Amino acid sequence: MTKKNTYTGEFYQRDRSMHPPAYAEIYKTSVPRSPKQALISIENSLSEITGPKFGHNDLGELDNDLIKNYAQTGDAIGERIIVHGRVLDENGRPVPNTLVEIWQANAGGRYRHKKDMYLAPIDPNFGGCGRTITDEDGYYFFRTVKPGAYPWRNWVNSWRPAHIHVSVFGTAFAQRLITQLYFEGDPLIKKCAIVNTIPDQDAIDGLIAPLDMNAGVPLDCLAYKFDIVLRGRRSTLFENRLEGN
Amino acid sequence: MPQNLNYLRETASQTAGPYVHIGLAPGAAGFKLFEKELGQDMAGPYANGERITITGRVLDGTGSPVRDVLLETWQANAAGIYAHEEDPRHSEVEKGFSGWGRVISDFDSGEFVIKTIKPGATPGRNGATQAPHINLWIVARGINVGLNTRIYFEEDSNAHASDQIINLIEQLHRRDTLLAKKTGENTYHFDVVLQGENETVFFDV
Ligand SMILES: [Fe+3]
Repeated sequence: MTKKNTYTGEFYQRDRSMHPPAYAEIYKTSVPRSPKQALISIENSLSEITGPKFGHNDLGELDNDLIKNYAQTGDAIGERIIVHGRVLDENGRPVPNTLVEIWQANAGGRYRHKKDMYLAPIDPNFGGCGRTITDEDGYYFFRTVKPGAYPWRNWVNSWRPAHIHVSVFGTAFAQRLITQLYFEGDPLIKKCAIVNTIPDQDAIDGLIAPLDMNAGVPLDCLAYKFDIVLRGRRSTLFENRLEGN
Repeated sequence: MPQNLNYLRETASQTAGPYVHIGLAPGAAGFKLFEKELGQDMAGPYANGERITITGRVLDGTGSPVRDVLLETWQANAAGIYAHEEDPRHSEVEKGFSGWGRVISDFDSGEFVIKTIKPGATPGRNGATQAPHINLWIVARGINVGLNTRIYFEEDSNAHASDQIINLIEQLHRRDTLLAKKTGENTYHFDVVLQGENETVFFDV
């Protein structure tokens, strides 16, 4: 596998069957926030195949270490974990040098956010956000604590499974993606309305990070592996250019 | 069974949720963590062109402003060049111009403010020219897959007449949903309507 992504053509059409529909009755907030009209499909132009680039100058040294990056009096409280994996495209090629951002609740399920009023306590040593840039092989990792489950208003007794929000850029604005990582074995995954907006079981399974004993650090932390797949593209630039729209 | 095609499948999208600010705009969530928050300066100090401010709101299907929305913008500079290596002219982009920005709505009013420079016309397909536009990506609680749309500028109506993307919109009145309205010198208004009457045109890019 070559390291550099030299595919420069158009992006494959997004497979919408992998994604939740805009309107998902079980996730109540989507009801008023979902467009009713069909999306208009447009072919790639420069506006879609370009996108922002980030460099290591944009980041701080501890940005990918959530155990330390907000520590005031000591480490963040909770089950210490590494989350690691690769950003790939649909061709199976690594996406190097791309920005990955995460945010999450603390070990008790509470977010450090002025709008989060959940009764679980704020951890004074945990901010809850991190970011990193993938290496030449598309590899990334974070160190953090496993987030707690938390209740939310959907049905009266709705709980989010433990999850980490993940934002990825890729090389083009057309690849922009936000998703959520869940943890293998969590019984709340099956019950979650937000998970269940996804109509495809394989697509759901793709959001569940397996425990990865080989990647943990003995006597220190466990690890979970989470590969992220962004849209792939054709190998050549606009080879159908002459056929018009 | 035929052979396997061996493509991977794109990771499924999930909503950014109500606390998207923690990760992408922690200052707004109420704390400082990163030395440098990303996407705060789209144009940089040296960009040529007209400095503009676009204000607006994202409205839901009941007409209420969405107060926990996050928008990302992606645009060319005033000469119509993207700061990205796949734009053949990218080396001409002014130092400090990224063309990418991130804004959130005000938690009370729902208003967002985009401060940038007006982009120039960019290359379209088959040698065509696209009217000046800002690409917009919208995420929030209740939005399951980020929504793509474009901001065009009211005064460029001549360029809109030949814009390939605008011309794909069959219902003529819906084209107006992509127009930022001039409200003063260098200021524009642009609302996004997620659903219902005057629903903004969204694209599958
Ligand atoms: Fe969450």
